[in-house]
Amino acid sequence: MHAAVIVFPGSNCDRDMAVAFERAGAKVSMVWHKDTQMPSDVDIIGVPGGFSFGDYLRCGAIAANSPICKSVISHANKGGYVLGICNGFQVLTETGLLPGVLLRNSGLKYVCKAIELKVENTETAFTSGYGHNSAITIPIAHHDGNYFADDATLDQLEGENRVAFRYVDNPNGSARDIAGILSENRRVLGMMPHPERMAEPLHGNSEGKAMFDSLVGQLANA
Amino acid sequence: MKARVHVMLKNGVLDPQGEAVRHALGSLGFDGVEGVRQGKVIELDLTETDADKANAAVTAMCEKLLANTVIESYSVEIS
Repeated sequence: MHAAVIVFPGSNCDRDMAVAFERAGAKVSMVWHKDTQMPSDVDIIGVPGGFSFGDYLRCGAIAANSPICKSVISHANKGGYVLGICNGFQVLTETGLLPGVLLRNSGLKYVCKAIELKVENTETAFTSGYGHNSAITIPIAHHDGNYFADDATLDQLEGENRVAFRYVDNPNGSARDIAGILSENRRVLGMMPHPERMAEPLHGNSEGKAMFDSLVGQLANA
Repeated sequence: MKARVHVMLKNGVLDPQGEAVRHALGSLGFDGVEGVRQGKVIELDLTETDADKANAAVTAMCEKLLANTVIESYSVEIS
């Protein structure tokens, strides 16, 4: 299983994400934002957390229009897997691969702490390692994680079972407590919390690890 | 030509920064401010000399990058 992790100027979770994939058994390639092509045999693209382009204009907006993102979009449109975490989620909404947008936190503060998430959809390659409705504790670290979409879009996401994760105790004002959403084909996941930061015992717990194990297991067999 | 783009959050989208400014104004003693919305102004220097073409170009820039039309509306002034 081959994972590509994109590096933008200002990415700061790219290496954490690469380590999480590697420890789960994946081969990992780091891909620079000015590159125009992915390695040809890539199974999943990781869009990491951080502050791409200094969050100028809007979080993720400049990154979403960078040369490599054309490859991300075409990979997703061909049915490829994409995982966007934190700033990566913001980038994916800006590309239009996922609906909605991440607004400034309702409390206006940067929130950095471990929070509890409920896993709502376990029938995906990302979440098959978790029990349905199980609660996991992983960190958030963001200023703009307040998920917003119009009611029709939110109804559609819920109706199609595309809410992957919800906050147990909403930290940022997100609509309907949404912490992570899936594309229609369930192969693109965007989430604000950081599973790669709770992926081994030294992190405090390993509850994020199941996502990377599940992805590597499922995509290696695909 | 110069273009000035105003980008505002659409009505119905909560503006936590505007709300914080409203609270701050109230605590400074400025009464009677019922609402504050915060947006941005982007100024562009263009080589284009035709106003209609400039307007069309800047509108395309807004749709592609300068505004996120899921939550923001924009207006363009050319001068």
